[in-house]
Amino acid sequence: MTVKYADVEPGTELPAKSYRVTRADLVKYAGASGDFNPIHWNERFARSVGLPGVIAHGMYTMAEAGKFVTDLAGDPGAVLEFGVRFSGMVPVPDDTDPPLGGTTGGATIEVSGKVAEKLGDNRVAVDVVARSGGSKVLTRARAVVRLP
Amino acid sequence: MALNKEFVGRVFGPGEPYEVSRVKIAEFADAIGEPSELCRDQAAAQRAGYPDVIAPPTFAIVIAMASTTSTHSEPGLGLDYSMVVHGEESFSHSRPLHAGDVVVATTTIESIRAIGDMSMLVTSTDLSTTEGEHVCTAKSTLVERGK
Repeated sequence: MTVKYADVEPGTELPAKSYRVTRADLVKYAGASGDFNPIHWNERFARSVGLPGVIAHGMYTMAEAGKFVTDLAGDPGAVLEFGVRFSGMVPVPDDTDPPLGGTTGGATIEVSGKVAEKLGDNRVAVDVVARSGGSKVLTRARAVVRLP
Repeated sequence: MALNKEFVGRVFGPGEPYEVSRVKIAEFADAIGEPSELCRDQAAAQRAGYPDVIAPPTFAIVIAMASTTSTHSEPGLGLDYSMVVHGEESFSHSRPLHAGDVVVATTTIESIRAIGDMSMLVTSTDLSTTEGEHVCTAKSTLVERGK
């Protein structure tokens, strides 16, 4: 949903969004990004290094939060700055795994945000939070985006 | 193993030129579920004022990662990649990457800090065109967990 510069003020809450992520999404992301770390697709390997199972690439989660921001502007080129801290993992259960709080595999990343500052020249700073499985997975996430 | 602080300030690259293609941008946009036609349709991108289809903002990691990975595996730095987690990432764009860009990456080791038995490594990777135009700076913080 595109948001206009004139329609926001510091503190304006932006409509939250949910993004579904499955094992197949992680495999696609591995191929597209070139990040083939096996913790993102190999259950046996992930467990062998002490993880609860396959986890999403941090950069995948960041990309989902980025999509939330580009959607505000209606233009992926309107994001000037974007930074995040990775504060938690996003475990992505297989479809045949015992469900972690759900009836199917995969996980949900919920992204919300609010306008922190209007910077002039149609630019706003947006504070973004991403949660999955009840935990914050991105904190200190801020984007500077040029709105229409 | 503690990281070698003598590496702070060292600069690696520029590496081999990377040519941004329409196909790779569309593949990346598909993989993250970015629906914008500006990532896929050249005419739409040109109507929006871009020379060609544009990449989503985190696409820069595809190019930056090759440069940081080679920096991280530098002998003598002492990084155990199996113990590494991604701590922070940020992008600062002068403009979006677009199809047809030919860019080179240069990585600088900005800081190395020990916090308890963990080490934090901050690198900054500049992406510039082969003509020298700055496009994006990607800053990464890696955390090496203690053993």
